[in-house]
Amino acid sequence: MNNRIDNCLTQLKEDKEKAFIPYIAAGDPNLNTTVELVKAMADAGADIIELGVPYSEPMADGPIIQKAVQRSLEQGTTLPKILDSVKLIRQTKQVPLVLMSYYNPILQYGLEDFVKDAVQTGVDGLIVPDLPVEECHQLFSLAVEEGLYLIQLVAPTTSNSRLKQVVRYSRGFVYCVSVTGVTGVREESNSKICDLTGEVKDATSLPIGVGFGVSTPEQATDMAQYCDAVIVGSAIVKEIENNPDNAINIVSKLVADFKSALAS
Amino acid sequence: MVQIPDEHGYFGNYGGRFVPETLMPALIELNQSYQMVKKDEKFQNELKYYLSKYVGRKSPLYFAQGLTEYCSGAKIYLKREDLNHTGAHKINNTIGQLLLAKKMGKRRVIAETGAGQHGVATATAAALFGFECTVYMGKEDVRRQALNVFRMKLLGAEVVAVDSGSCTLKDAMNEAIRDWVANVENTYYCIGSVAGPHPYPEIVRDFQSVIGHEAREQILEETGRLPDYVVACVGGGSNAMGMFYPFLEDQQVKMVGVEAAGYGLDSGKHCATLTKGKPGVLQGSYSYLLQDEHGQVVPVHSISAGLDYPGVGPEHSYLKDINRVDYTSVDDNEAVKAFQLLCKTDGIIPALESAHAIAETVKLASRLNDNQIVIVNLSGRGDKDVNSMAEIMGVEA
Repeated sequence: MNNRIDNCLTQLKEDKEKAFIPYIAAGDPNLNTTVELVKAMADAGADIIELGVPYSEPMADGPIIQKAVQRSLEQGTTLPKILDSVKLIRQTKQVPLVLMSYYNPILQYGLEDFVKDAVQTGVDGLIVPDLPVEECHQLFSLAVEEGLYLIQLVAPTTSNSRLKQVVRYSRGFVYCVSVTGVTGVREESNSKICDLTGEVKDATSLPIGVGFGVSTPEQATDMAQYCDAVIVGSAIVKEIENNPDNAINIVSKLVADFKSALAS
Repeated sequence: MVQIPDEHGYFGNYGGRFVPETLMPALIELNQSYQMVKKDEKFQNELKYYLSKYVGRKSPLYFAQGLTEYCSGAKIYLKREDLNHTGAHKINNTIGQLLLAKKMGKRRVIAETGAGQHGVATATAAALFGFECTVYMGKEDVRRQALNVFRMKLLGAEVVAVDSGSCTLKDAMNEAIRDWVANVENTYYCIGSVAGPHPYPEIVRDFQSVIGHEAREQILEETGRLPDYVVACVGGGSNAMGMFYPFLEDQQVKMVGVEAAGYGLDSGKHCATLTKGKPGVLQGSYSYLLQDEHGQVVPVHSISAGLDYPGVGPEHSYLKDINRVDYTSVDDNEAVKAFQLLCKTDGIIPALESAHAIAETVKLASRLNDNQIVIVNLSGRGDKDVNSMAEIMGVEA
């Protein structure tokens, strides 16, 4: 079975290009806009798109994404409705889609049902920020069976021996958390990220994505030296917060800026 | 005694470690350090020294003559955790955890607090052992527990008012976790309840078990027998776990955990997690949880800030499922009445949290006869609640 994430990252590697992965919170400011945002971001050059599933207790997120999640929940966004939106997106776009969800919404949906429904609607990957490898086995087996890629995170605090364990449970790519901290916009990027990405490279042949705290095209270019994909969340979500009525134009332009910075 | 949790931090189906990868190495390190001090005689002696000379243990087991007469049923004994230094059971745990943090070489300590008792207890132990201290507290709780906020500041702690979600205990805990994610290398996170990821439920239970161990010895000494019931209030569940744990193997001792029914179990605004919730993941562990069908945590309410929490410690979920502990609930009005009752019958002003346990004890003892014994954990004193009570009673404090 072909996964869109593999196809995308393999092709980019051949072309010697870096992937740009924007994150938005699904349902912020509403799900109709989310569908349009995804299509527009794909047109603007996003290689893979990460959709955040809102959860009332976003403990790994900084204030920008916390507020976005809050706005989304106030709109009545739920996981089933997000899957409906994925279906709509898939009518016209084949951009790889990754859901980022805390564990409880998936658990309450039912792990088995969720994995099946996600694959059926066209979701390619899944990131669960509060599910370390020790707790992931059930979800991992179900995901492997259905061809949904469970993408694992590694952090600057992850020891080398632990990292070797973690990457074994990752599919599609390995998500390197660039900073010791929550998501958010940061002025300085972590100059030591090469230590972490270097260790991951030694441990696996999977592509490497870097995220958390990457907020400008300059920072993205800087990070790109050490990885295959750059993930940007809060900087994009912030624009949606500031321009709810004109989000599609502004986000498209921002995505194009990031993509061209990575191409240069 | 059965060894729970297992090596992965599970009590039956409940517990575990549901945290960002960034924190996993810290939790593994914490568990290794804790398992070492648990068996280390020198550490345990040091802990005993501070509990005795600084906290003022043992706390008395007091025969509540007035309340017993009022109920004209079972004999009621109060485990007087309200007489500890700082006025609640919380200090048993913070002394233990900060001694551990010292051993681990941490310089800074953070904590979440609801009623402020755990915040005060953490700030106190931080001052005692020389830690830098930051306490996260929901904005709503900062308002209703102003006295404790000032106490923490006097003790040298920074108090951060958390302005997200429902602005109560769970939001304070989210913010404390975020701080820990960012500062995990030099910071010790001192969790105040038997909740959170493994090994916290075990650590906090062990440090609080001094309550039940003492109570068991004291009742045997005074009456020559074990109690028929032990009763404690349950928010996250630390005072209850500390009271229950040493009695778990005594099959003849029945146990009652009292949750906060807030405006009433059918109002949708309560904290009766074990009565009305279903299992889910919150703040690092799998346990009963008040949530909607999509797994979003629902707004909860209790008059008592310390019980105002949508989750509960995983060991309580386990004890519920194996039917070892009976979990029931008491609403705001019943708690307020019990608060006033104990003031009059025995001259003791209880914390509003503990007043929930008193209310259930009154119901229970009234049904029993005078050959029977009920021990209730009076987990804290009510000084912090007098302003709220004056507001409720419509008088000036």
